[in-house]
Amino acid sequence: MMYGFTWDTATPLTYAWSILPIILIGLTVTLKAAAAGFAIALVLGLVFAMLRRSRFRSVSWTTACVVEFLRDTPLLVQLFFLYYVLPEYGVTLPAFLTGALALGLQYSAYTSEVYRGGIEAVPRGQWEAATALNLTRMQTYRDIVVPQIVPRILPAMGNYMVAMIKETPVLSVITVLDMMALANMIGERTFEYLVPLTMVGLIFLILTLICSAGLHRLQKVLPKAGIPLR
Amino acid sequence: MQWVSYLPSLAQGALVTAWITLAAIAIGALLAFVAGIARVEGGRIVSTLALCYTELFRGTSLLVQLFWFYYALPLIGISFEPVATGILVLALHVGAYGSEIVRGALASVSVQQVEAARALNFGRWHTLVHVTLPQALIEMLPAFGNLAIETLKLSSLVSLISIADLTFRAQSIRNLTLDSAGVYTLTLVGYFAMSLVLMMVMRLIERLARRGAAFPRAAHS
Amino acid sequence: MTDNVKPPLIQFAGVTKRFGALTVLDNFNFEVAPGEKVTLIGPSGSGKSTVLRILMTLEPFQEGRLTLAGMDYHEPGAAAPFRASERHLRNIRSHVGMVFQSFNLFPHMSVIRNVAEAPVRVLGLSRDEAQARAVDLLALVGLADKKDHFPSQLSGGQQQRVAIARALAMRPRVLLFDEPTSALDPQLVGEVLAVIRDLAHEHDLTMLLVTHEMRFAREVSDRVCFFDKGQICEQGSPEAIFTAPSHPRTCEFLASVLG
Repeated sequence: MMYGFTWDTATPLTYAWSILPIILIGLTVTLKAAAAGFAIALVLGLVFAMLRRSRFRSVSWTTACVVEFLRDTPLLVQLFFLYYVLPEYGVTLPAFLTGALALGLQYSAYTSEVYRGGIEAVPRGQWEAATALNLTRMQTYRDIVVPQIVPRILPAMGNYMVAMIKETPVLSVITVLDMMALANMIGERTFEYLVPLTMVGLIFLILTLICSAGLHRLQKVLPKAGIPLR
Repeated sequence: MQWVSYLPSLAQGALVTAWITLAAIAIGALLAFVAGIARVEGGRIVSTLALCYTELFRGTSLLVQLFWFYYALPLIGISFEPVATGILVLALHVGAYGSEIVRGALASVSVQQVEAARALNFGRWHTLVHVTLPQALIEMLPAFGNLAIETLKLSSLVSLISIADLTFRAQSIRNLTLDSAGVYTLTLVGYFAMSLVLMMVMRLIERLARRGAAFPRAAHS
Repeated sequence: MTDNVKPPLIQFAGVTKRFGALTVLDNFNFEVAPGEKVTLIGPSGSGKSTVLRILMTLEPFQEGRLTLAGMDYHEPGAAAPFRASERHLRNIRSHVGMVFQSFNLFPHMSVIRNVAEAPVRVLGLSRDEAQARAVDLLALVGLADKKDHFPSQLSGGQQQRVAIARALAMRPRVLLFDEPTSALDPQLVGEVLAVIRDLAHEHDLTMLLVTHEMRFAREVSDRVCFFDKGQICEQGSPEAIFTAPSHPRTCEFLASVLG
């Protein structure tokens, strides 16, 4: 029994039906973790992209190294690092937040590249016009650059969001009770892993198929409803 | 200098990581070509099968696949060694993502090339092997380089099915010494170094592939 | 004609500008009086646009001194020579506006927002005040009815007129025009020149204009400067330059463009 739901292992079908509510509770955790992680990645990635364009060589170079390091090391090890090392320095976060932070850090390396590509595609005249109108650098990014790159970078960002959703099961290793963790716990207690793990796989498949279809539609709609770019 | 004592064990783990990664990339690349070519050149049934494989392994989470192969399959009588399971699952993952790269690169070869081959009465297979694939191969290399690094990173997940790779060793040492900062920093640096080596190798392959005068775009890889 | 009593508003003293090994301005000296309308002409690559871009702080320079209304472009007491803090540069920019060859309107903003955005963000006007100012200026350039359009829906000439309104909305003392009609189809040049011509009648506005429209330069300017190889070869009243050029390079250039 878990979360007040008892399982019925009579047949695979009844078993699946009886544990579905538990798995769905896990799904909400999975989605929340992905949402929190992606929000962090979106903000941090933009910060990295801006720092990389800094006029100070030391700042841009350091940022490039940090981004490269984040991108080239495994999420799982970064997750362990945050989970075990942060408390040693007095930062004790709930496992869920640690997980979201790890996801966000890893993906900020990817999103910063997407932002960078988008920013580089903004014509130089736009920056010069903003300078001539005496906008600050912050205002230029916020009012001129970011609004112009949003339609351009949405598809790439969407792909990374889908990728992140698929990586959330890793958080189960630091005791976050997502779909994967719950399916494993059910498996441990019933000695029957096939059904719960298959269900989790299927739910991921459905999720990604829906997201891909949504992204596909978005790409078709964007040029019409989006901002005229030329 | 406590961390020096971790090095031998971590190095052994790194070897396992390297072996699993390289094996998965090699088998995965093969799968990628088979599935990618099947999607472009195959008849309806073959290309649909390839599409199902790609979507299935791209659409479900790698960790779920790993646990499924490790915990669930033995229950219906199919079981492998942990290392074989790890390599197989990673290879299937590489194959699924790689097939998209192969498909995209084949599609990027201009129609004129295919038409020229047809005008010379080349067969389909001949066109593929001697006209389209050689041109597409160069286009695929950067994407395969990224996929290789992705695979190295994802190989850390095999530690969760009790394979003594770099991450697994790091966990064991941490549990023993409780020196989290030292162990994980070393581990991260280890993965980073391996990524850099992998990246350099891929760049080298790309440079060699582009060396021929046939691809004048070599200048800006 | 220049008014010799007033101190110059803009003063280049021995300014040298290099792009790597290429020297674009070489020990350049140049003064502009308040309210003066000066046209810079000359072959392309002669450094005319660079003068405007330096004034707009879009380009740094390496030697010499540049002042605007007594303010030094290189902040006195800055960390290093030929450096200035962002705050100092923003202070200078508040006196200068620029109209670009390629308009550089913000494609994601409506016409009225293009004009009103900077007054709100930079000058701190309320939305209503800025909108009212924008409507007036759009009327001035003859585009009041297009205020809710997006730049991509306008012709090149209309876009450039919006860009002029946008620059004016900041109430600059100096307005720089960098080949404002070069990117336009010939039939659209007239409407833009008409707007600039009206502005030239404003007493207080100092205008620097880089253009290839010689007839127009002759009409609107108080002074014409002929540029060659990073130097002013010859300058004087439009009459003098266009009817009786004395420098051989000027004669050559005018012959080629007026042909």
